[in-house]
Amino acid sequence: MPVNETLANYGDWLYGAAALVYVFAMVLYTTEQAFTRKAKRSEQAEAKVLVGAGAPAEVADTPKIGRLEEQPGRGRADRAGRMAVALTVLGALLHLTSIVLRGVATGRAPWGNMYEYGAATMFVAVVTWLVLVRKFDVRRLGAFVLTPVVILMFLGGTALYTAAAPVQPALQSYWLVIHVAAAILSSGLFLVPGVVSVLYLVRVKHDANPAKFARLGPRLPVADALDRLAYRTTIFAFPIYTFGIICGAIWAEAAWGRFWGWDPKETVAFVAWVVYAGYLHSRATAGWRGTRAAVINSVAFGMVVFNLFFINLVIAGLHSYAK
Amino acid sequence: MSETTTRPRRFLAFARNTWRGLTSMRTALILLFLLALAAMPGALLPQRSLNLPRALDYIDSHGWWGRFLDRLQFFDVYASVWFSAIYLLLFISLVGCLLPRTVEYAKAIKAQPVLTPRNLTRLPHSGEAESDATPDEVVAGARRHLKGWRVLEREEEDGVRTVSAERGYLREAGNLVFHFAMLGLIVALAVGKMLNYEGQVIVVADGSEFCNSGTLGYDSFKPGLRVDGTDLAPFCVRVNGFDASYLPNGQAEQFTAQVDYQAGTDLDDDHWQPYRLQVNDPLRIVGDRVYLLGHGYAPTFTVTFPDGQRRTQTIQWRTVDALTLLSEGATKFDPPGVTDSEERRKRQIAVTGLFAPTALIEDKVLTSSHPQLTDPAVAVDVMRGDLGIDSGRGQSIFEIDQSLVDSGRLTRVARENLKPGGAITLDDGTKVTFDGVQQWVSLQVSHDPTQLWVLVSAVLMVLGLGVSLTIKRRRVWVRATPAGDGRTVVRVGGLARTDQAGYGEEFNRLAALLLDPRRDS
Ligand code: HEM
Repeated sequence: MPVNETLANYGDWLYGAAALVYVFAMVLYTTEQAFTRKAKRSEQAEAKVLVGAGAPAEVADTPKIGRLEEQPGRGRADRAGRMAVALTVLGALLHLTSIVLRGVATGRAPWGNMYEYGAATMFVAVVTWLVLVRKFDVRRLGAFVLTPVVILMFLGGTALYTAAAPVQPALQSYWLVIHVAAAILSSGLFLVPGVVSVLYLVRVKHDANPAKFARLGPRLPVADALDRLAYRTTIFAFPIYTFGIICGAIWAEAAWGRFWGWDPKETVAFVAWVVYAGYLHSRATAGWRGTRAAVINSVAFGMVVFNLFFINLVIAGLHSYAK
Repeated sequence: MSETTTRPRRFLAFARNTWRGLTSMRTALILLFLLALAAMPGALLPQRSLNLPRALDYIDSHGWWGRFLDRLQFFDVYASVWFSAIYLLLFISLVGCLLPRTVEYAKAIKAQPVLTPRNLTRLPHSGEAESDATPDEVVAGARRHLKGWRVLEREEEDGVRTVSAERGYLREAGNLVFHFAMLGLIVALAVGKMLNYEGQVIVVADGSEFCNSGTLGYDSFKPGLRVDGTDLAPFCVRVNGFDASYLPNGQAEQFTAQVDYQAGTDLDDDHWQPYRLQVNDPLRIVGDRVYLLGHGYAPTFTVTFPDGQRRTQTIQWRTVDALTLLSEGATKFDPPGVTDSEERRKRQIAVTGLFAPTALIEDKVLTSSHPQLTDPAVAVDVMRGDLGIDSGRGQSIFEIDQSLVDSGRLTRVARENLKPGGAITLDDGTKVTFDGVQQWVSLQVSHDPTQLWVLVSAVLMVLGLGVSLTIKRRRVWVRATPAGDGRTVVRVGGLARTDQAGYGEEFNRLAALLLDPRRDS
C-alpha cells in the first residue's frame, strides 16, 4: 500500500506542534510550582484523617483528594496550573491527531519504528498524567512529568526520525498491533510512577533533613501521597506489561520459531519485569517499604528506557529492525 | 547431654533456619534482584547460543579478559552454573513460600471476620457520630451498605451491637494462582529444554524435498538434552516455488514459499497437501512447526566435458548483501567416468564467484542493485584441479579450499561475467554454461511439546495477577452503643490488610454511609 506523503507530513508537523505546546505547559506548571509555598492545606488535613480519629463532620467532608478547590492566596498559582492543564490537553489532542494521521498515511498501526513507538508511548504518558491530575492533587508536578516526555519526543523527532513507510514482512502481523500496543501502554503508564518515585525520594530526603532540597522539597506533595500515586499507577501498568511480554512471546513463536530466545530485547524486558515484581514484593516486605521501594521503582523504569534506547540502537539483535 | 543427641538436633535447627531463611519474603526479594542482575550480561555480551561467530570474535579480541569472562560462562549466561543456581533457589523459595500460604488460605476462607476491637479509634481509620436510629437500625443499615462483604454480627453487654466485616478474600486466591502458574511455567520450560529440538535446512525451490527423518538431513541441528534424533516426527516438505515482493528501494514486502507437505498416512500413499508458507505463518504438522526463515539464489551451471558428458547442478549460494541479495558461492563438479582418483583430482572443476539478481556492471565489476530477479548475472572464476572433496576434511559448500589454491593444486583457468545462457570454453574444450537461476529457502523445523503448557501457565499468571492487584483486602467494624433517649453512638473503624495505599478515601466514603444508617447508599 502506497504511503500518503501529504498526510504523513501533516502528522510530523503536528508532532512538533504537540511537543512545543508541552513546553509551554511546562513553563506554566513551573510557574505554579514556584508560587506554591508548601504542601497544600488539603493534603495536611487528609494526612490527619488518615492517622487519627476524626469528628464525624470531618470524616464526612474530608476534601476529596484532587478536587481543585479555590484557595485564597493561591489565585495566581492556580490560574497558571489550570492553564497548564488546558495546554496539556491541547498538546495531547495535537499529539493524538499526529499519531492518527501517521496511521492513515501508512495504512497500518502507527507503531512500526522507534519514532512512532516513542510518539505513541509519550502520548500514553501524557494521558496518564491528565487522568491522575483529576484524581490526585499533584498538578504542580506537571513539569517533572513533561520534562522526560519532551526530551524523548525531541530525540524521537530528530535522531530516531523515520519517514512513513510500510513495515517489512516480519512485522506484518496482528501481533504487532497487540504486542506493541501493550508495550506502549505499559511503558507510557510506567513513566509517571518512575518520575514520581524519584520525587518521593527527594521529598523523603528533605523531610529527614530540611536543609536538603530546601527549595524543591517543601513544594512537593507529602511523601505518602507520592508513594500512593506511584504504587497505584504501577499496579495498573504491571499486568498490561506482563500481557505485552506474553504476546511478544506468542508472536516470536510464530515469527522466529521459538517463543523465548534471550534476544537482548527479550532479556531486558524480562529484567525490567523482574525488577517491577521486586517493587511489588518490596511493599509487602518489612524494612523494604518506602525509600527502598521507590528506588526499585525508579530502577525498573530505568530498565524500560534502557530497553528502548540502548538495546534498540546499540546492541544488534532480532529486534533491531524496530529502529 | 551427650554429643549424640545434640548433633542431630543442632542439624535440625540449622535445616529449619535455612529453610525459613530461604523461603522468607526478603530472600525472595534478593533472589529476584540477583536473577535480574544475572540476566543482564546476556543482553550486553554476545552469546554463543545466539551468535556464535560474534561471541568468538569478542573473546578473541579481548585477550585475557575475554578468556576470563568465557571461563565464568559469560557467553553462555542462560546455561551457566550461576544463572541456573539462582533460578533453582528461587524455585525452591517459591515452593517453600507457596505451600504454607496455600494451607493458610484454605483456613482463612472458612474463618469468620474477627471480633470488633474494643477501641475503634486506635485503628488506622475511624470515625464516630451520634444518630437517632436504634442500634438495630444501625446494624440493618450496615448490612445494607456492606453487600458483598463477609459480615458477622455480635451482641455485647448493655444492648451494644457490633458488626465485623471483611472482604477481598479472592485477592490471595489470585495471588496464589499467579505464583503457582509461575511455578508451572518454570517446570514446563525445564521439561521443554529436555524434549525440544530445532533444525535448519536449505531447500532449493524447484520441487526439491526435505524429510524430517533424521538429523543428517539438516544443515544444523540443536537437540534438547534428552533428544538423540532417532525418533523425529515423520513428515516431508516439498518446496515448489518461492515469491518475494519488494519496494522500489529494495525493502522486502512479503515472502511466500509454495510448499506441499505430507505426514501420517499421507506418507504411505504419497499424498501431498498444499500450503502457502509465509513469514509469521509457520506450517504446523504432527507437533512440529516449519518456518520460512530466509531465502536466496541458487545459480544453475552445466559443465560439458571434452568427451561430451554433461553435468548440471543447482547449488545454493549464500547472500552477502541482505539488501540487494548479491550472493557468493562455489558450485563443484567431479569429472564423470574418471575412476583413477589421482587423475580425477587434476580435473575437478569449481565455479565460484558472485551472483547478482539485478546486475550492475561497472568496469567489469559485478554488483547488484536490487534483490528482485530482473537481470541476473554471475561473475565467476572457473577453478580446475584438486577440490579437496576426497580428502575427508569437511568443507563449506559456499567456498573452495583456499589452501589448495595457495599450494597450486587448484588453479584458476577462466574469469568471466555471464548472463543466463552465456558460456565459457576452457583450454581443454570443457564448456561451462550459466543456465539460469533458482531460488532457495531456508527452513527451520522446531519441536517443543511443552509449549502449550507454557502458554497456559502464562495466561493464568496474567489472570491471577489481574485479580490479585485489583481486589483489595479490607476490614471494617461498626459498634452501635445506646446513648439513652433513643439515640445511638455509632463508631466505625477500618483496616487495610494489603497495600495501605489508599484505603483513606474509600473508607471515608463507606464510613459516611455507616454513620448515617438511614441513608441509602
Ligand atoms: C519466596 C518466594 C515468594 C514469596 C514469599 C512471595 C510472596 C508474595 C506475596 C506475599 C505477595 C503479595 C504482595 C502484595 O500483596 O502486594 C506477592 C506478590 C507478588 N509476587 Fe511473590 N513471592 C515469592 C516469589 C515470587 C517470585 C519468584 C516472583 C516472580 C518473579 C513473584 C512475583 C510476584 C508478583 C508479581 C506479585 C504481585 C502481586 C501482588 O502484589 O499481589 N513472587 N508475592
